[in-house]
Amino acid sequence: MADMAAAIISERMQFNSEDASALAKELRVGFDSGKTRSYQWRASQIEALIKLTQNHEEEIVRALYSDLSKPHTEAFVHELAANLSVVLIFVLSLIMAVEEPRRVFDAEAASSLMKELRGTFASGKTRSYEWRVSQLKTFLKLLDDHEQEIVDGLLSDLSKPPLESVVYEIGMLKNSCKVVLKELKHWMKPEKAKTSITTFPSSAEIVSEPLGVVLVISAWNYPFLLSLDPVIGAIAAGNAVVLKPSEIAPATSSLMAKLLGEYMDSSCIRVVEGAVDETSALLQQKWDKIFYTGNGRIGRIVMTAAAKHLTPVVLELGGKSPVVVDSNINLQVASRRIIAGKWGCNNGQACISPDYIITTKDYAPKLVDALKTELEAFYGEHPLESKDLSRIVNSNHFARLTKLLDEDKVSGKIVYGGERNESKLRIAPTLLLDVPRNSMIMNEEIFGPLLPIITVDKLEESFDVINSGTKPLAAYLFTNNKKLKEQFVKTISAGGLVVNDTTLHLAVHTLPFGGVGESGIGAYHGKFSFDAFSHKKAVLYRSFLGDAALRYPPYTNTKLRVMKALIGGGILGIIRALFGWS
Amino acid sequence: MDFLREIQELRQFFRSGRTRSVAWRKKQVKALLQLIHDNEQAIFEALRQDLGKHPVEAYRDEIGVVEKSANNSLNHVEKWMAPRKSHVPFLFFPAKGEVISEPLGVVLIFSSWNFPISLALDPLIGAISAGNAVVLKPSEQAPACSSLLAKTIPHYLDPDAIKVIEGGADVSEQLLLQRWDKIFFTGSSRVASIVMTAAAKTLTPVTLELGGKCPAILDSLSSPSELKTAVKRIVGGKWGPCSGQACIAVDYVLVEEKFAPVLIELLKKFIRRFYGDNPKESKVTARIVNKQHFQRLCNLLKDPLVVNSIVHGGSVDEEELFIEPTILLDPPLDAQIMTEEIFGPFLPVITVNQIQESIEFINSRPKPLTLYAFTKDETFKRKIVSETSSGSVSFNDTLVHFLCETLPFGGVGQSGFGRYHGKYSFDTFSHEKAILHRKLFLEIEPRYPPWNQLKMQFLRLAYRLNYFGILLFLMGFRRRN
Repeated sequence: MADMAAAIISERMQFNSEDASALAKELRVGFDSGKTRSYQWRASQIEALIKLTQNHEEEIVRALYSDLSKPHTEAFVHELAANLSVVLIFVLSLIMAVEEPRRVFDAEAASSLMKELRGTFASGKTRSYEWRVSQLKTFLKLLDDHEQEIVDGLLSDLSKPPLESVVYEIGMLKNSCKVVLKELKHWMKPEKAKTSITTFPSSAEIVSEPLGVVLVISAWNYPFLLSLDPVIGAIAAGNAVVLKPSEIAPATSSLMAKLLGEYMDSSCIRVVEGAVDETSALLQQKWDKIFYTGNGRIGRIVMTAAAKHLTPVVLELGGKSPVVVDSNINLQVASRRIIAGKWGCNNGQACISPDYIITTKDYAPKLVDALKTELEAFYGEHPLESKDLSRIVNSNHFARLTKLLDEDKVSGKIVYGGERNESKLRIAPTLLLDVPRNSMIMNEEIFGPLLPIITVDKLEESFDVINSGTKPLAAYLFTNNKKLKEQFVKTISAGGLVVNDTTLHLAVHTLPFGGVGESGIGAYHGKFSFDAFSHKKAVLYRSFLGDAALRYPPYTNTKLRVMKALIGGGILGIIRALFGWS
Repeated sequence: MDFLREIQELRQFFRSGRTRSVAWRKKQVKALLQLIHDNEQAIFEALRQDLGKHPVEAYRDEIGVVEKSANNSLNHVEKWMAPRKSHVPFLFFPAKGEVISEPLGVVLIFSSWNFPISLALDPLIGAISAGNAVVLKPSEQAPACSSLLAKTIPHYLDPDAIKVIEGGADVSEQLLLQRWDKIFFTGSSRVASIVMTAAAKTLTPVTLELGGKCPAILDSLSSPSELKTAVKRIVGGKWGPCSGQACIAVDYVLVEEKFAPVLIELLKKFIRRFYGDNPKESKVTARIVNKQHFQRLCNLLKDPLVVNSIVHGGSVDEEELFIEPTILLDPPLDAQIMTEEIFGPFLPVITVNQIQESIEFINSRPKPLTLYAFTKDETFKRKIVSETSSGSVSFNDTLVHFLCETLPFGGVGQSGFGRYHGKYSFDTFSHEKAILHRKLFLEIEPRYPPWNQLKMQFLRLAYRLNYFGILLFLMGFRRRN
């Protein structure tokens, strides 16, 4: 796949802007001659096209399969040939592809994109309930229609097991959409607010209004979910939105660009593909909100860019999410849940996957044994071969992870796994016992299939270990001890906590999902997504009655007294004020 | 800088957990009430010195606001702190979800000079109610109030957790180099951008309370008494709060052309009634805060086209930093007075052919902090709410939404982001921590690899929350998707 993409890009490179303008000129001459206007010409061209599809059916099928894994169904091509409208669209897309060779998305392009979207947003189109619902329904249809392509894209980018793709990426998105479709009317309703005696007579409400044109920059590890879940929130709240998917997951990125372009309202929902240059061009614009998922280093850059325009940001970052394991628990269940959260989530390349375990010295060997047994049950004796594990995304990350593993003081601590295959970008699930606290692996987010286990004398000490680091996105505890649970909830500051399981809180849409401190700013999921992309506008309705003169100058001591009574709650003062007495 | 050690002490104190208890929080808020009660006269005097505020105005806009906010917190903080249950889908049974508001840690509050007491203490009440340790940096442009706060606060509030650090831009810069868990800033958008840029380095969340040109739309009101009330409220909303030096003061009025003369006559009438024939002597209006702002305001009038549009007032006294309540009729829209936030006692009246046009007028400018509209036309009201964007909207009155603690107060776009007042203050200084409690029994096997088609099928059903389907599946009835 990667080779093919490279080939396509090099082909594009050969076709430069000079060629494009020459081509356009040539076509324009043809068009100006009026030749294309006649019915005979049009019909003859379409007939020729039908002939083309008939004569070259096999090649088309092959091309479609290689691009999109479209099944070898002959019917598809016959249908194509028979259906003139489909042909026309096909032609149009071909011509457009030729006429507009891919250009770098620069500051100019960003500003014209922004202008266009601002125009659409100003028209009020995105505000209506109907538009929002229709877009989300269309999106659901997109997911239904193209599940296989999405799975294939994720397979190509990350070797993600299809089940993980269907469940964690597509399934989560479908759920998000359904929650919105079910609740949106309710969310959009202005919320009544009580008014106090100070403003009597009045009524007040809080109106959720869209922020405007928003930017979503997403990550490569759940490239589909982390791109589109925020987009769903942005649409639900009635915004125009630009999505910049991660270039590190290129197949998914281009698939999203294609599918969203086909299905969604392109006057308000856009995908801009690209890497650093494109992102910088986008960040120069004034957005009404920037929603970024990724790491703290880029998060800082995004927020600094946002500061220029006073744009609010949501930063969904990561951190070292710890798992505290108490003794005397159902160890098998705990191990399985840890494994499901660590390796079952994109092979540890997830912002909420367990980063390290803390347990007591005595209990550690038992825990290691249990983890080994379950890991083998899940991934077999040769985990490097397992189809149920994602690969490492690219060679940079592979090198980063092996560096963590090969550090002198760490390499001897491996108690399970450690195998790797550089050419296939695979690292086996790896357990490390008692790595030193000052090692690299204990000082940066691991984001991969390595799981260090830290031991303490007494489990309570684990809270100090966690609190001595930066605040993680998630923290997990396995215990039956009620007091320990309470203490954990009270003393551990993290984006979210789960007791006796891992990562599951992500799927509960009634819980806000987001970090604190180094793990990020802002939260989303369910109604929280809607809120993240809305401005809560306070609206106070007053009548012309009840005008207490004491508000106005000239000021006197009597006014001061009454005001005090009013604010202090003195009944007499209030009664007097109600009658507008001065 | 010697405050580095102080900040470190705050962090240590926060870690001790003492700021988390309800008792501690309430004790601090009560102490704050005591502070303003005991020092009322001193506060009046400081406000007179810094801004020439009359005690009644000082009470209404500063002391009263703080008192109300403190009492509201005392009445509700336990309820705010209570964990909130979240409904968890049956699929996760047995499970329990809750959201807990926890303090962020050590927070920094920058207050501004125009309401040097309330804009310092109101956010402080929020930060304390949420259980944080706080550094308050009052504005150096209201020096009497700043030093009063610095002197009194350590005597009343827990000095281990709440500190006042005085100073100018250099001190602010130093403070911004430190690591905070939240920065709450009230002031101008220029400084806000600096604050947020600094915050980005440490990924610190910020709340920015800025200003903007708050318009007041005046529809043609047929009832003379209503019209009078409307104009009176506009006058109260322009010159009432600190002589227009307020982020929610009316910046300009939009009115239909034919209606403008009536409006101007009424404005003059109320100015006379409130401030007398010689406003400078009346001592009822606040003065301009300092020479620099005085100069800035005078510069707004320099444009000859702007001067020509003055229909009332316009006299200034540099010595006393006084500027008369001034009305301008249709100054050029590209003049500075119409492109910048005025923040002073000038009131441009802008005429439109149809009052409906005011929506477009407002939408073509940066989003204001507040939009005021005086109208009885319900359709127009709905249009204003749904087609314009501003921090808040207030119909048929000015300023009072600020006192309504059930309403969030804050801007959008150029007027800032984040919100406070009442429970919103508490939320602004809290992290909403999601907690999921599970039990170690009842395993759903298909969660775990090795993956196969059966597990896929089960999970598909599960994700759709199709319990009936799951039941059939478990009983061995396979269904196609």
